[in-house]
Amino acid sequence: MATDNKPAVSIKDMIKKDRILNSGHRMCAGCAAPVVIKLMGMALRGPTIVCNNTGCLEVATTIYPYTAWNLPWIHVAFENAAAVASGVIEATKVMHKKGRFDYEHIDVVALGGDGASFDIGFGAISGAMERGHDMVYMCYDNGAYQNTGIQRSGATFPGQETTTSWAGSVIPGKLERKKPLAEIIAAHKIPYVATAEPSNYRDFITKFRKALEVEGPAFVHAFSPCPRGWRSATGESIALSKLAVETGLHPLYEVINGEEWIMSSASKNLKELKPVDEYFKTQGQFKHLFKPEWEDFRKRIQEQVNHDWELLKKKCGVD
Amino acid sequence: MSVSKDKIKIEGLTGDAAIAHALRQADLDVLSAYPITPQTIIVEDYQKFAADGEVNAAVIPVESEHSAMSACVGASAVGARVATASASAGLALMWEILYCAASMRMPIVFTVANRALSAPINIHNDHSDGMGMRDSGFIQLYCQSSQEAYDTTLMAFKLAEHHDVLLPVMVGIDGFIVSHNVERVEMLPDDAAKKFVGVRTPVQPLDPKNPITMGPLALTDYYFEFKEQQDRAMQQVIKVYKEVEAEFEKLTGRKYGIFETYKTNDADIIFLAMSSMGGTAKVVADVLREKGEKVGVIRLKMFRPFPTKELAKAIGNAKAVAVFEKAMSFGAATNPLALEVKTALYGTKSRPIIANFVVGLGGRDVPPMTFVEGFEKTKEYLKKGEAPLYETLGVRK
Amino acid sequence: MSEKYNEIPMAGNIIEPGNSLKYKTGGWRAERPIHTDETCLWIKNGTCGRCWIYCPDNAVVLTEKNGKYAYAYNYDYCKGCGICANECPTDSIKMEKE
Repeated sequence: MATDNKPAVSIKDMIKKDRILNSGHRMCAGCAAPVVIKLMGMALRGPTIVCNNTGCLEVATTIYPYTAWNLPWIHVAFENAAAVASGVIEATKVMHKKGRFDYEHIDVVALGGDGASFDIGFGAISGAMERGHDMVYMCYDNGAYQNTGIQRSGATFPGQETTTSWAGSVIPGKLERKKPLAEIIAAHKIPYVATAEPSNYRDFITKFRKALEVEGPAFVHAFSPCPRGWRSATGESIALSKLAVETGLHPLYEVINGEEWIMSSASKNLKELKPVDEYFKTQGQFKHLFKPEWEDFRKRIQEQVNHDWELLKKKCGVD
Repeated sequence: MSVSKDKIKIEGLTGDAAIAHALRQADLDVLSAYPITPQTIIVEDYQKFAADGEVNAAVIPVESEHSAMSACVGASAVGARVATASASAGLALMWEILYCAASMRMPIVFTVANRALSAPINIHNDHSDGMGMRDSGFIQLYCQSSQEAYDTTLMAFKLAEHHDVLLPVMVGIDGFIVSHNVERVEMLPDDAAKKFVGVRTPVQPLDPKNPITMGPLALTDYYFEFKEQQDRAMQQVIKVYKEVEAEFEKLTGRKYGIFETYKTNDADIIFLAMSSMGGTAKVVADVLREKGEKVGVIRLKMFRPFPTKELAKAIGNAKAVAVFEKAMSFGAATNPLALEVKTALYGTKSRPIIANFVVGLGGRDVPPMTFVEGFEKTKEYLKKGEAPLYETLGVRK
Repeated sequence: MSEKYNEIPMAGNIIEPGNSLKYKTGGWRAERPIHTDETCLWIKNGTCGRCWIYCPDNAVVLTEKNGKYAYAYNYDYCKGCGICANECPTDSIKMEKE
């Protein structure tokens, strides 16, 4: 690995930076997760170890005997990457002191999908953040358990149809709201929390680099469209990610020490939110919402998004 | 080179405290654990050593046992010397990662104060937790005393980290009976212990200079080969254990073997038990021998890998084996220890009668009279020429 | 896939980083991207690069030599998702049926 000390945000620098994830991985066509990982690679500053929860990314990038990873990488289970990363970090520090590990500091990144992060591995993340290990935990959020075949998670939007939140004649898909994970992690008062997504790639890279640079734990919530699960066009993934920001479904912000809330320019510069309908129309998983009987339900989702948006603006001091 | 007597430190220690001292002397890099009775003293004492600067290890006070074992795997993957401790429900919560630790060939030392599993919730000793993890790929060593717990914990690192093995080791002591009982323990000087354990040399660690992928997806085409590797590593354990123990014996004069035999040479009936029950069994055997009964005892230390051939040889021409065990395998033909013993003896010419007594569940006392009762029953079965598959003793029925 | 248990590294460890390059995913493609140099900003002045940034499969190959910019696809890996065509600000990429 080159140890280029600047994050690569211009195309000319990007193409020179070592790639951390090779071609030949078996993520679905149009999946945004490899793009998220590519952008993470652009932010790296030196030797890095990756701890990956079970999920699409883990499975499809390391089908034996092939690995797409060019970094030291470990997967143990679905829910424990934050705990595994805790062990990696503390071991490297002690072993360095004892002369058995060459690097005084190593960046450790834990990765998990929304199932691993919002649900099953939530406790492990909370514990790792509370203990203050110097790691970046990044959740790539594709809105459901896509790896096991599109089941609802704590990250699934209300109204979203999954194979465990079907849109039927009496229920319009998932009824519950999305867990505000980034806010919950920010409440741990850790040095840095950010939401990000690939369409605003400079913003993404800059945030990920900040996450690496703070001393102590950092958390990045990256939105990651999934054409297979969402029933969207494979070419639209990055555009959908952008639309999620523009509709307020995935607003971009940073939280410093759990106290200072900063709205990122892509969100801050929006004159007003686009209607969530525009987002819903692009995906098969929301098409039932346009039936007349779910008109009110759809409106309530819009109201909730508007409400959350105003709250966020207030926290960020944005008029 | 044996250590001169004046350098040996003698203290009254509980089993937990003895283990904590062994962990202190083993020069760990990482200890990651979560409190659970009756193991907690191990972690508390170790944390105290850390607070006083007596150890150069990172202690990770995780939020669950699942994370405890997970952090151990992460640390071990980098090449660190790693230990954790647990029992009962905590061990059960670790269960998923026990398999990962073994399959990923992480030489973690896992000290356990064996305790009953819920429900009802119960803090006392039996072997349900250890038996529950018996197929996880961990080596299992059950100890009878604080001294043995100390000695075995030190040996466990050398065994686990040996390149022919590279498997995690569970060191078990009976909850409360050994974990909380103060006994005389001889401790090696710190430098001698440290020298004996040595420094871990990892085989394929996570290292930025040599970036490998650990824990990939392996399907129908490769998974089985990794299991073959794992099984073959397990087959090396007895050999390596004997080497490690021989070295330890030179240093301390103490050895335990993969099992301990007591008056078995001419025995007609052999009591077979693990951990603290071994002591009771010996006392009862002595009394019965005074009455002219030819009784011997085998106290099994190594349950995984199960020393099948060695045990069959030790049982030799005994007419019956009375297996006393503190675990139940609900719905099984018989119970974990007896299943193994029966399998070990099936191929022998003598094929002794095997009686299986489930005793002591949830910490129910196993007094000498329970062994006497088992003995009487076994004699009866010998006369009849057959024994029931198993029965419970010491329960109101 | 014919290796015996003792001919492969321990525990599933993959010791050759990034060896997924040996696994070609180009066969997944139903449509292929066709690029035109004329309007491409990368070719023109070495800017933009959105197709490269957003390609999930590193199938866009941008090169610069002596101030000259070149563009190519690595069809060994391109899965034909069409993100490059969709994200191109100058419509320099078209998807065609395989």
